[in-house]
Amino acid sequence: MRPRGLTRVAVAVAALAAVLAAFGPILWMGLTSFKSEADAFAIPPRVLFEPTLSGWHAALVESPFLARLGSTVMVTSFSTLAAFLLGIPAAYSLAFAPGKRADLVLLWCISTRMLPPVGVIIPLYVLFRRLALIDTTLGLVLIFTAMNLPLVIWMLRSFFLDLPLEVVEAARLEGATPLQELRHVVLPMSLPGLASTALLCFIFAWNEFFFSYNLTVSRAATLSVYLASFKTSEGLFWARMSAAATAAVLPIVVAGWVAQRQLVRGLTMGAVR
Amino acid sequence: MTRPARGPWLALPAVIYLAVLTQVPLVLTLYYSFRRWNLLRPETDAFIGLRGYADVLRDPMFWPVIRTTMVLTGSVVALTLVFGLALALLLNQEFRGRHLARTLLITPFLLMPTVSAVLWKNVLLDPTFGLATAALTAIGLGPVDPLTRYPLGSVIAIMTWEWTPFMMLILLAGLQSLPEEQLEAARIDGARPLTLLRFIVLPHLTRYIEIAVLLEVLFVLSLFGEIFVATSGGPGIASTNLTYQIYREAFERWNIGRASAVGVIAILLANLILLLFVRVLRRGRAEALA
Repeated sequence: MRPRGLTRVAVAVAALAAVLAAFGPILWMGLTSFKSEADAFAIPPRVLFEPTLSGWHAALVESPFLARLGSTVMVTSFSTLAAFLLGIPAAYSLAFAPGKRADLVLLWCISTRMLPPVGVIIPLYVLFRRLALIDTTLGLVLIFTAMNLPLVIWMLRSFFLDLPLEVVEAARLEGATPLQELRHVVLPMSLPGLASTALLCFIFAWNEFFFSYNLTVSRAATLSVYLASFKTSEGLFWARMSAAATAAVLPIVVAGWVAQRQLVRGLTMGAVR
Repeated sequence: MTRPARGPWLALPAVIYLAVLTQVPLVLTLYYSFRRWNLLRPETDAFIGLRGYADVLRDPMFWPVIRTTMVLTGSVVALTLVFGLALALLLNQEFRGRHLARTLLITPFLLMPTVSAVLWKNVLLDPTFGLATAALTAIGLGPVDPLTRYPLGSVIAIMTWEWTPFMMLILLAGLQSLPEEQLEAARIDGARPLTLLRFIVLPHLTRYIEIAVLLEVLFVLSLFGEIFVATSGGPGIASTNLTYQIYREAFERWNIGRASAVGVIAILLANLILLLFVRVLRRGRAEALA
């Protein structure tokens, strides 16, 4: 039913107010990145100003930004890849071998995902120190793979369950081995699901802070760690800070917008679609 | 529907990997919690059994931190539930630009926590140059320095802003799964919008609210970056939650034994909530099969 008259106006006003509260600060951050430092600190705040790229130049070129971006991209890509390599066969077997044991494995996967990071960080830190994994890309990849693996298993399993059974059975009648079936039937038919699962892994790994901060020093530090260094605001350059922040979140915001239909399924481990 | 079993061994590598990276550290945390072990004073390392826990419970910081954790988590979950439900009901209406509104509304959830906190701390809440504080001053409520005067309130505000989209998305999915005929039938019987909400919409949403609340409690309990950036847990311990306290104990004082004991308490707390979540999940599956 379409609301009409007064209700329609009320809905529009409420929507506008909500969007302003949620997105306004982010938009303001984006605008500030194009200001001169003087305009960024103007009181009252300036909406109209002469745009400049000096903030972006300072943020991207005269700073460790690009190095941090490099390690973020590496850590994010490799951990997503590893989670897929381990997760695809697991999801396939759990989708096509239902039963009590598969159920238990799935619930156990959730429990590892929901485990508070503070419950595992201390031994991981001690072990990483001994194995010289502190401040390495490999160390973070190992952790992020474990973080995203349960998500990959649950998401892909739910996508595999949506496949029409007849096609899978046809492949079996022709004598396909499990790996052939996976490679030539199941995966090609689940491409959209694979893509949105990968985007979710990207989002979680890109934004992660707790492990990244505690297990890196400088070499392997990610953008999320770099951005935290802006916490001391004394004598800060806001245009530069806003440019760095905008650049750091832009890829992930776009990924989230693209994957928004699958966001719920991923966040609730498939409990809500 | 039965699907023939296919290669159960294919799940093995993933299970082993997860066990090594999560369960082994879990057991080690438990083991460390029975030791007095400070990385700065390795010579004092000793097995002290449960005494570490007694020390934690007697620590004057411990109970205030538990209280802060409860207030923080409870407030964020309650506020996001109210805002999230309102926004979900709003987005369930038809209006022009609905898709765009939804897209923009989820954006705070996509930012990295450190960016959200830096954005709030400086651009919005800075006592002199902040947008929000400038607005408060303009209407005669300032000047204020929210992060110093209301540290916990400010952290709650930041986290509520970040997590409202999470509630909104799950509740919206719930609303959209409500069969339109059911509403139509009630409307024909003359039910008014509030009656519909009370007797049809909310009961249908119960399961979604349960899932969203339990998951959010689990996630909010572990939030760290927002506090680290916005207040560093202070002033004093005014905005220190359990997670932040463990971080301090472990990575500022290098008190591995004590930090692990608090860590074990955090794990127990999380498992309690996880148990509830699994029950909701199982009930949902039983209903779907019925």
